[in-house]
This record gives sequence, C-alpha cells and structure tokens, in this order.
Amino acid sequence: MSGLLKAVLAIAGIMGVFGSCFALTTVIERKLLGRMQNRYGPNRVGPCGLLQPVADALKMLIKEDIVPHSADKLLHFLAPLLLTVPVWLSFAVLPFGRNLCAIDLDAGVLFFFAIGSATELAVFMAGWSSQNKYSLIGAMRAIAQMISYEVPLVLSTVPVIMLAGSLSLNAIVAAQGTATAGGLERWNAFTPWGLAGLLLFLIASTAETNRSPFDLPEGESEIIAGFLTEYSGFKYALFFLGEYLGMFALTALAVTLFLGGWHAPFAWLEWAPSWLWFAVKFASLIFVFIWVRATLPRLRLDQLLNFSWRFLVPLCLMNLIVAAAWCWTASWASPAAIPLRWLFCAALIALPGHGLAHVLRGQVPPPRQYHYAE
Amino acid sequence: MNGAGIIKGMIETARNLAGSYYDPGRLTTVQYPEEKLPPVENARTIPFLVYDGADPMAGLRCTACTICEKECPPQCIYIVKDQVKKPDYLGKMQLQPKVFDIDISVCMSCGICAEVCPFDAIKMDQVFELSTDDRFGGLLFDKTKLAKPNDYFAKLHRTEAGETDARREDDKRKAEAAAAARAAAAKESALEGSAP
Repeated sequence: MSGLLKAVLAIAGIMGVFGSCFALTTVIERKLLGRMQNRYGPNRVGPCGLLQPVADALKMLIKEDIVPHSADKLLHFLAPLLLTVPVWLSFAVLPFGRNLCAIDLDAGVLFFFAIGSATELAVFMAGWSSQNKYSLIGAMRAIAQMISYEVPLVLSTVPVIMLAGSLSLNAIVAAQGTATAGGLERWNAFTPWGLAGLLLFLIASTAETNRSPFDLPEGESEIIAGFLTEYSGFKYALFFLGEYLGMFALTALAVTLFLGGWHAPFAWLEWAPSWLWFAVKFASLIFVFIWVRATLPRLRLDQLLNFSWRFLVPLCLMNLIVAAAWCWTASWASPAAIPLRWLFCAALIALPGHGLAHVLRGQVPPPRQYHYAE
Repeated sequence: MNGAGIIKGMIETARNLAGSYYDPGRLTTVQYPEEKLPPVENARTIPFLVYDGADPMAGLRCTACTICEKECPPQCIYIVKDQVKKPDYLGKMQLQPKVFDIDISVCMSCGICAEVCPFDAIKMDQVFELSTDDRFGGLLFDKTKLAKPNDYFAKLHRTEAGETDARREDDKRKAEAAAAARAAAAKESALEGSAP
C-alpha cells in the first residue's frame, strides 16, 4: 500500500511540477525571444501576459481535431501519445534533490536513453500516418537527425559513467559532491573533459529535441512544420508538450551528469534546499537554450549531418582520451600541476576540434544538379 | 577563431535583452489600442461630406451634381436630389442632396470622388475603427453620418485644406466685388435713366 502511495505521490509531483514548468516556459520563452529581438512578447493576458498559457490551452482544446481522410487513423491518433509517454517515464530516474528520485535504477542512464529513443518512432509514426509529403519529409529529416545526434549524446556521457563507475544517476551525483574543504565541489563541469562533455551534450540535446538551430524536421518556412502539418488542436499541443518535456528531461540529465546534480557549488552553501540548487541550474540551462534559439538561424540538412558525424562524434571520442589523460595526470604533484593539466587536456580537445572545424569549413558542396526542374 | 560568429551573435541578443528593459527606444512596437501613431497627412480611408457653419445639413457643400456617384468605380455612392434649393457660399442657389449614402463595405478608398468634386464637398477621411456587428445597416453611412465640419478637414489634411480655403475665400471676394460692381452699375444706370 505504501509503495502504491509513494508511486502516486511521485507521479503527481513530477507531472505537476514539470507540467506547470512547461506552461511557464512557453510564455517566458516567448517573452525572452521577444526581448532579444527588441519586441515586447506576449503581454495581454493576465499580469505581464503570464496567463497566456491558459489562453493557449483553451484555444487548443476548443479547436477542431482534424484527421486527414486518407490518414492511417490509428497511428495518427497514437503518435502524439507515444511521443509524450516515454518522455514522462524518463523523469522517473532523475534525482531532483536529496532523496528526491522516483526510482533509483542501477542502470538509470541506460534506461533514460533507451526510453528516450522511443520518441523517434513516434515522430516517424506521425509523419508516415499523415499521408502528406511535408509530414513525410519532416519525419525523414527527424529520423536522420535524431539517430545522428543520439550517438554524440550518448558518447558525451560515457566519461561521466566511466569515472563515476556507475550507471545510477544517484551514484553519479554522489560522486560529484565530495568537496575539498572550502573549495569548489567536484562537479564534472569543473574538469576539462566535463566542460567539453557538457558543451557536446548540450549541442547534441538541442538537436535531439528539435530545437533551433537544429529544428529542420519542423522547418516552418520550408516544409510547413514537417510532421506536425496534419495535426491540430490538442494533439498538436501534445506534440509541443512532448518536445518541451524532452528538453526538460535532457536538461535535467545535463545538470545531473555535469553540473553536480542537486549539489551546491560550494560545500558551505549546502544549507539551501537541494531542489532549489537543482532548479537554479535547470533554469539557467533552459535560458541558454532559449538564448541560442533567439540567436542562431536554421542549418541545412547536409550541414547538420556533417556537423554530427564529422565534428561531434570524433570530438566525443576524443573526450574519452581527454578524460583518460586527466586521470593519468592526477598523480602529478607540483604547484603548477593543475594549470598544466588543464592546458594539456584543453589542447587535447581543442586542437582536434580546430582541425575538424577547418576541414568542415573547407568543404563547399558541389553545385547542385537539377535533374527534373530545368 | 572557431565559433567567434556565434559568440558575437549571442552577445548581440543578450544586449537586446538587457537593453530593451532600460532603453524603451529600442522597442519599435506601438501597442495599438492604448498607443496610436499620429495619422499621416496623406492617409485616406473612406469619403466624408464637408459642411460650413454650425448646422451640418444647412451648411453641406454638396450640390447633388452626382459626378462622384458616376465616377465611383465600385458604385458605392447613392444620391437622390432634393427639390428645394439652398444658397451656396457665393449666394447662388444650388441643389442639395435629399439622400446621400455611401456603402463603406463597398468603398475601395480610391479617392476619385474627392478628386472630381468641383465644390470641395467630398473629401477623404482617416477613420479606420469602423468594425460593427451590423453587417448591412452598420456599414451604410447616410449624409448625417458622413457630414463633418470644415475644421475637421483642415485638421486631417492641412496643406490641401489651406489651398481649398484660400481659393474659396478668393472666389467669395471676387463674387462680392462683382456683385458690388453689378449693383453700382445698376444704380448708375438707374440714376442715368431718371436724370433727364
């Protein structure tokens, strides 16, 4: 009985907090995007426009639910559900604070990525079942993109798992918490491989959640919202919910893996509630996502795939070597050891990165041959 | 350096974010129902009828000549002439409209009516908040609704109104002078006739 109660409490807590987080993020994102483009953003509904999500939800609910005549009706109906459910499930293994983890799985990271990859299937289901060329192109792009970026996403977490010696997210957080007296906590982001890993992870997760500048699958101007083309009303809202929740889950994972989870930056700041520290880090990363979205234009598909396979994946592999180098040099004992180790590790990742970027930049695609449209 | 362009762009957006809070001049949005831009002098929406003096119907410049009705491309003007004449600003007796209707749902804001009117009686307005829930009656403006004073016209189109008013003043002066001359001539001939 108490197990059931615990489960219900955990589910209600996660759904309540991240559901309202979704509502809040949609309006704050629009306001920030507006400000970053010298506009006001939504400011009509409620104080400062904060009730905008309520208006949006009402609008979505009362819209007509259109299913195309020749669509595969069952798949068309199931796709938004299949997109949202796994994302909710992935929240189960994330530790949001001290003892604030729904299920402490031994293979938490594995579970997270395994369940998260089900969303690709949902996106393709949506594109295929819609019987629409734009939807199918969007879904094809989504599959190509998500599979390409799944690789660097997982690879960038490997050093963390190797050095923590566990796939359990709680163990990973615990490994980042044992501070030297008065100094910084041992967050993974305070090491060269951790910093590089965090950046690689953030780039890959931007692509994984279809956010700008990697939002090709739903490029509004090219393929009229891609796999979302034939969706309206609440199914459309579910897709949006799934996408934002996916971003939240990946952000929470980034905080857990690289930014010390719910630990405070300094040991003497541990008096503040652990979930508050988590929330602060979480919100900062979400802000970075919004900031990037306001700044960068959309990539082309070949640029996108080249960027993943020829830049991110090699750098993720290089990052493993950097992590090894950082461990190997741990025994260096001299006053200048730490800057030297940083310099050594930074060179190990920065030089290949520079070379790869140089090669990528030199590759100009050949002039396009049009076979049918002359 | 690799990524320098991205960092430059990120700094630009961050400056916009911070700048838009302390420098309202960056925000170009005009929040419409509360804020409005001053109307542009040459803006035009639908026509209106100009009147002089205090009484709109008595001072209406329109002489029901129906040139505008005939010229109107979408045929949105409907005029019925009155049998009773009234004096215009020169003291000449002129016809007046009994009915003058404009269907503003048909009007295409071309301004041809205002261009062809020889009496400066119809001019283009700048009102634009004309939405109504009555689709037919609410969009059919009769002459009481269309009549607006000359001061209003002068406020909207300063340059054009200045020219119009000067010309009309001039016409009036000439007409008065001619009338005076005619009166003097008549008086003289009357005197001559009675002299012998």
